[in-house]
Amino acid sequence: MTLPAIHIEGLTKRYGSGDTAVDALKGVDMSIAPGEVVGLVGPSGSGKSTLLKCLGAVIEPTGGRMQLGGQNIYDGSASGWQIDDLRALRRDRIGFVFQAPYLIPFLDVTDNVALSLMLAGKGNGIARQRALELLQALDVAHRAGAAVSELSGGEQQRVAIARALANQPPVILADEPTAPLDSERALTVMHILNQMAQQYQTAIIVVTHDEKIIPTFRRIYHIRDGKTYEEAGEGRTI
Amino acid sequence: MISLAGRDILHSWGKYVFTGAGLGLLIGVTLSMAGIYRGMVEDARMLLTNSGADLWVVQRDTLGPYAEPSTLHDDSWRGIAGLPGVAATGNVTYLTMQARRGDDDVRVMVVGFEPGHPGEPTNLIAGRPITRSHYEAVADEKTGFLLNEEVRVRRHDYTVVGLTRRMVSASGDPMIFIPLKDAQEAQFLKDNDAIINDRARTAANPGLNRPNVPGLLDAVIASQSANHNVNAVLVQVAPGWDENLVAESIRRWKRLQAYTRAQMEEILIAKLIATSAKQIAMFLVILAIVSGAIVSFIIYTMTLGKIREIAVLKLIGTPNRTIAGMILQEALGLGLAGFIVGKAVATLWAPYFPKYVLLETGDAVSGFLAVMLICTLASIVAIRAALRVDPATAIGG
Repeated sequence: MTLPAIHIEGLTKRYGSGDTAVDALKGVDMSIAPGEVVGLVGPSGSGKSTLLKCLGAVIEPTGGRMQLGGQNIYDGSASGWQIDDLRALRRDRIGFVFQAPYLIPFLDVTDNVALSLMLAGKGNGIARQRALELLQALDVAHRAGAAVSELSGGEQQRVAIARALANQPPVILADEPTAPLDSERALTVMHILNQMAQQYQTAIIVVTHDEKIIPTFRRIYHIRDGKTYEEAGEGRTI
Repeated sequence: MISLAGRDILHSWGKYVFTGAGLGLLIGVTLSMAGIYRGMVEDARMLLTNSGADLWVVQRDTLGPYAEPSTLHDDSWRGIAGLPGVAATGNVTYLTMQARRGDDDVRVMVVGFEPGHPGEPTNLIAGRPITRSHYEAVADEKTGFLLNEEVRVRRHDYTVVGLTRRMVSASGDPMIFIPLKDAQEAQFLKDNDAIINDRARTAANPGLNRPNVPGLLDAVIASQSANHNVNAVLVQVAPGWDENLVAESIRRWKRLQAYTRAQMEEILIAKLIATSAKQIAMFLVILAIVSGAIVSFIIYTMTLGKIREIAVLKLIGTPNRTIAGMILQEALGLGLAGFIVGKAVATLWAPYFPKYVLLETGDAVSGFLAVMLICTLASIVAIRAALRVDPATAIGG
């Protein structure tokens, strides 16, 4: 039996304390298999970003349990984080794709991807070779030596996806990756994410408001008032 | 591993070049200020070296002849020359004044000397030494005089027959050498109206104008008109003699003050230029603080401009030390660029200063280390700001 890439149970997050406390997450349950791409949909202030930040190990939940590839990484009933080095966790096991690509402007395309590998301890040569392979897979290898400012929005987003995939993390968290793109490019990015999820057996959570990409998900988690509700999607082939 | 700082500098090199150039001009001013101080010290040392003396004999209880006025009779040298250990003596006068050059004037130190004795001009770069007893001069090139030009000192014109280099007073004024007798006249004699006035006063004094003592009035007037004073006697000590012992002997037997080279350096550097040195030191401290504040502000602003990138770097697992290292390296890079520009401009503009500017390698090394230290300290604020960046800010919401 394959272990879920992400499994969370009863995850809660409270900001502040006393009368001013706000419960952003009120017991979120979620389980995503390797290679699966799921949507996370909800209105503003519903807790999407908080959930993403908890999954990305950049803020600490208040309660519940969180597992990555079967490994307990957070347990609210125990001592919280079960891993000492959260920076290494983010570097090696979680990839991030943002609404804007947020590439490092002073690095060229290859080095933007290779940097993640170098941070993980790979040598320059190996890191750049792997980066080129990913850029090839994402069809932007012809811009490998270009400055990121010379790339179109769609190309930049592909490079950002390549960077997220660099260390072959079991999970990628994508925060509205298609928001700045037109329909055609948005669907292309979703196609790439699905393809990469299959190829690398990576679980991808896509936070989105984008109506045009919602039909592409097989499963969608709706989040409202800090709780998730699962729904089967259309899973339309792109 | 990629050099993030190097890439960032290459990416925005124009900004770094202009910022480095601006900082460099500030560093150039700082290096020049240090050079001005070194130049003052060097001028003082050159003054002593060029005089060719081992001892300076001056009026008792004075710090003469450079730091305080000193007057000696011009025959004092006879008694000094007879003391054991004295190889040579020379009378000298020093007078700082505005010497006329055509319709203009130039600030100089007029030195009266005896040819062939200590105190005569050295470092002759053009022309010849003074050979006549009167109305010839040797001028330092910094005065702007040319060979055969006329220089007016008080009431007389002197022909420039030789030019020297680096013959300056302790305050950096270039020297003009003239024969001792001419210099004594220039320094101590009064103008014609004052002489006539004094003669009339003397003649009106019944104590000095006695009809029954013939020749008394003329003798008194002659003594008033003639001048037999000098400012110092320069002494060369015979080989093998301890200059301290010779100086002590002069102090004891001649009732005069005698300074050795070390004592004279102490007077010039620790007393005469001490206030100027403190002034410059104060200015250097202010410049260091201003430079530090500017570097700090620039680095802080540059870091704030990269907050989003820093958040992303932290989110993808970049260690804090790598981010801190990037900011520190950029600050040091800026300091290095600034230092190179500063050293270059300080070297380029040094010859155009009216007084000597001595840029020492040791000062440049100290300056470089100070710039690096200031840049390191200045980057602390920016590093703290970068380390406080929450990686969560890279994620929206």
